[in-house]
Amino acid sequence: MLELKLEARPQPSRFWSYGSPLLALALTTALGAVLFALLGKNPVQGLLVFFWEPVKSGYALGELMVKATPLLLIALGLAVCFRSNVWNIGAEGQFIIGAVFASGMALLADRDTGRWIVPLILLAGVAGGMVWAGLTAVLRDRFNANEILVSLMLVYVADMVLNYLVYGPWKDPMGYNFPQTKTFELVTQIPRLMPGSRVSIGLLLALLGAGALWLFLFRTRAGLAQQVGGLAPAAARYAGFSSRRALWTALLVSGAAAGLAGALEVAGPIGQLTPYVPAGYGFAAIIVAFVGRLHPVAMVFSAVLLSMFYIGGELAQSRLGLPKSITGVFQGLLLFTLLACDTLINYRLRRSAGSH
Amino acid sequence: MSDPHKRSLLKLAALTAIAAVTLAGCGKKEEAAPAASAPAAPAKAEPLKVAFAYVGPVGDGGWTFAHDNGRKAVEKEFGDKVVTSFVEKVPESADAERVIRDMVGQGNQLIFGTTFGYMEPMLKVAADNKGVKFEHATGYKTADNMRTYDSRTYEGAYMAGVIAGAMTKNNTLGVVGSIPIPEVIRNINSFTLGAQSVNPKIKTKVVWVNEWFNPPKETEAATALINGGADVLMQNTDSSAVLQTAEKMGKRAFGWDSDMTAYGPKAHLGSAVINWGPYYVKAVRDALEGKWATGQTWWGVKEGAIDMVSVAADVPEATKQKVDAIRAGLKDGSHVIWKGPIVGQDGKEVLAKDAVADDKFLGGINFYIKGVEGKIPGGK
Amino acid sequence: MESYALLLAATLNAGTVLAIAALGLLINEKAGVVNLGAEGMMLCAALAGFATVVHSGSDWLGFAAGMGAGALLAALFGVLVIWLNTNQYATGLALSLFGLGFSAFAGIGYVQAKLPERVQHHIPWLGDIPWLGPALFRQHPLVYATMLFCAALIWWLYRTRAGLVLRSVGESPESAHALGYPVRRIRLLAVVTGGALCGLSGAYLSVVYTPLWVEGMVAGKGWIALALTTFATWRPSRALLGAYLFGGVTMLQFHLQSVGVDVPSQWMTMLPYLATILVLALISRNPAWIRINKPASLGRPFHPGA
Repeated sequence: MLELKLEARPQPSRFWSYGSPLLALALTTALGAVLFALLGKNPVQGLLVFFWEPVKSGYALGELMVKATPLLLIALGLAVCFRSNVWNIGAEGQFIIGAVFASGMALLADRDTGRWIVPLILLAGVAGGMVWAGLTAVLRDRFNANEILVSLMLVYVADMVLNYLVYGPWKDPMGYNFPQTKTFELVTQIPRLMPGSRVSIGLLLALLGAGALWLFLFRTRAGLAQQVGGLAPAAARYAGFSSRRALWTALLVSGAAAGLAGALEVAGPIGQLTPYVPAGYGFAAIIVAFVGRLHPVAMVFSAVLLSMFYIGGELAQSRLGLPKSITGVFQGLLLFTLLACDTLINYRLRRSAGSH
Repeated sequence: MSDPHKRSLLKLAALTAIAAVTLAGCGKKEEAAPAASAPAAPAKAEPLKVAFAYVGPVGDGGWTFAHDNGRKAVEKEFGDKVVTSFVEKVPESADAERVIRDMVGQGNQLIFGTTFGYMEPMLKVAADNKGVKFEHATGYKTADNMRTYDSRTYEGAYMAGVIAGAMTKNNTLGVVGSIPIPEVIRNINSFTLGAQSVNPKIKTKVVWVNEWFNPPKETEAATALINGGADVLMQNTDSSAVLQTAEKMGKRAFGWDSDMTAYGPKAHLGSAVINWGPYYVKAVRDALEGKWATGQTWWGVKEGAIDMVSVAADVPEATKQKVDAIRAGLKDGSHVIWKGPIVGQDGKEVLAKDAVADDKFLGGINFYIKGVEGKIPGGK
Repeated sequence: MESYALLLAATLNAGTVLAIAALGLLINEKAGVVNLGAEGMMLCAALAGFATVVHSGSDWLGFAAGMGAGALLAALFGVLVIWLNTNQYATGLALSLFGLGFSAFAGIGYVQAKLPERVQHHIPWLGDIPWLGPALFRQHPLVYATMLFCAALIWWLYRTRAGLVLRSVGESPESAHALGYPVRRIRLLAVVTGGALCGLSGAYLSVVYTPLWVEGMVAGKGWIALALTTFATWRPSRALLGAYLFGGVTMLQFHLQSVGVDVPSQWMTMLPYLATILVLALISRNPAWIRINKPASLGRPFHPGA
């Protein structure tokens, strides 16, 4: 009788390091097609809606980039964290507080303020995200509190801070008591990359960030120290790397990235601070980071892929009459299949003649 | 080739590809095609494409459910002269703009946005697509091709108040509030006014959940109100949790947005039902006949946009007659709810004797009247 | 005074949802596995339980269905994490996200459904005692069952051989393996049991606590249950008390609003989360204390023969 057995490989397979995400994507696509068929929809049409429609025109691509930019930015920061074994689940909260700080700066502008306010807005967002992540860092550093739980609780707190501000002190006095700030002056708008599209320079910042992260992780001593400091504190101490510094760097960097994404979102496509700024990017970015195997270049692709799932899910409603929650199913499936396929990197499937 | 070199090449290739694709894409002009619509639709068979953007799921039994019923009324009325479609669960964020633009791109000529948070996105899309008509619910900004509409839900709240004032045994009423915007505060005040008109001794307690729809939280809020002494509840949230909690704890409550009798047969006193059908039919007819013009519409009992239905059998006959009289009075304009003297929580008069509140006053209510306990979150 | 009795009753009810899940996760973690997928399991179980009651009319069948759903998802998680050695945190997160999406998707037809009439429970004679009666003796049977279960769990963990084996698997799987215990199977059993309990908690939420189904209705309670296990330094009695405490703070924010306390409601809504952070910080402050109580192999994969 034949059995399948998992056998540890002598060393991780390079082939499967690249191949695993692709296999996971293929599996997810296949499962998706099955799902469409089960729901009575044409599988080919379904797949087209998810994989072709979001890229088929210039406008569509632009929208894809608008969605992918915050995902990529946050994922870059999270990669630093996860590579250092710091589990920052609260990027959503850092995104919110970044948006809050950025809005505070934007509200200071009036019609005659110069364009110099834009970098200040972005910096404010970065600062906000860092402050919020810093809270998690302090609690982990000083009190040993688990950063997963603390950062997550802080997401709920951040949401309430946002709510308090837009219902209270920052509410637009001309806004009939609706919970939102006034629309930011035009001068605060993040510059678009080109007319006719909502893509902003945020995309450039994200791509630059990917490049910077690559350099940091793979070319600098600091990057090495960061990863070792997080993953193997004892070894780190021996080599003179500080695991405490790794913790703070990881959280501050990812807070900065999430805060920047928040600033770009609120001073970009939205143009005011509303209670609906939290869009779940902080959580989706976790998937982006994993699917991109925490590698800057791969994360660019996974950010685009996840954005396609989002936009495809929206389009699936009007094109196919499918419910919105199908997006969540796809994202979850992708992550699961990826985790399963990743086993192939370290293990080999062997057929063995069964002998009990 | 050595590893680091391979990686660098890969990275360079990837970044170049992305840049190229993005730039190529952005080079083209925006694809969303605003189809210019003829001012007077000729009697040809081309159906009018109408699209609806919903903030919640159509199955929520509440706000979105009511809007979708309106859409179905349009289909029923106009048959193959219209083609309707909808997108549900569109968040009130940057995503809304994309969805609405996509609706335009799909050839829709009349687009309904059914929640306040779509205001800014719709304005932007309207500015870029002057030939398409936009209808925005519960908002306040308009454009040449965008108008607003709303339902006088406060009339339903008032009628509920009349029933509540008659049914309460300890003169303590409770409201589960959603989000402290003028509409909700106005409803709380109107509920109180209605109750005070039959029972001047009542007081109204309010608990805010800060969300439109969160059944577990609504349950907890309703429990807290009942534990705090309220025996008749009203809600401005969108699920049946409040009514179900009242049913479980042996108190009375009202349904909201849709007829919720089935969710709490013993507790149910009546449901304030929003009916978007009449307005949607009118809007589509305006578009079909070329009579569409911008403005701000606020329909109430008179036009059939809101009503109190399924009043419970054990409500005293006298009260039922009073509610019927109010309904008739609202229909012919003889009954005015917001007529002075009306006094605020602090005792100061907000509406002088015999003065009638206009829509502007009603639209901006951000204070509690006397009889309502507590403070408005974030308010003065 | 009466209203405080009722507040206590509401606290017990709200706390039970958290307690069942927290105790289940505690069993998981005692064996050395952390399952971040609690939220996803609870959601799928809530849907399974609700749907079962809609179709069958029986609450107990609904609870069973919820437990089954939780166990199934946990088993999937367990196979990935224990046999394929995938990263526990990432796999748990994947489970959460998948559970959220899948339950939303599968539950569409149930959003407007309603359950048969919910019964008000009342222990005869005890339930009539003034103040104490309404406060303590008018709860759903599961509330009392949870308290009994907690006691049973304490006895089982610390007084039986099986409990000792579980704990040693969590402390040092290598030693347990050397002694001949099937470490992986024990871990799987713990994970599946934990999943079943999370499932029961989810079903309780949708069948008893708020007899409705709506997507995302667990609204973070799964994450709070996870926090509770750390908060409780992995001791069942503290997990139970912590759950009640948290349930109490949640109810308190509405209670305070209803008696007219003049604090913006947003600050009130923050209370439970701030409280959790505060207690986490205080508890974790003493690393020795954590080290003594935390299962040493928590979160680390086990390789037999490695």
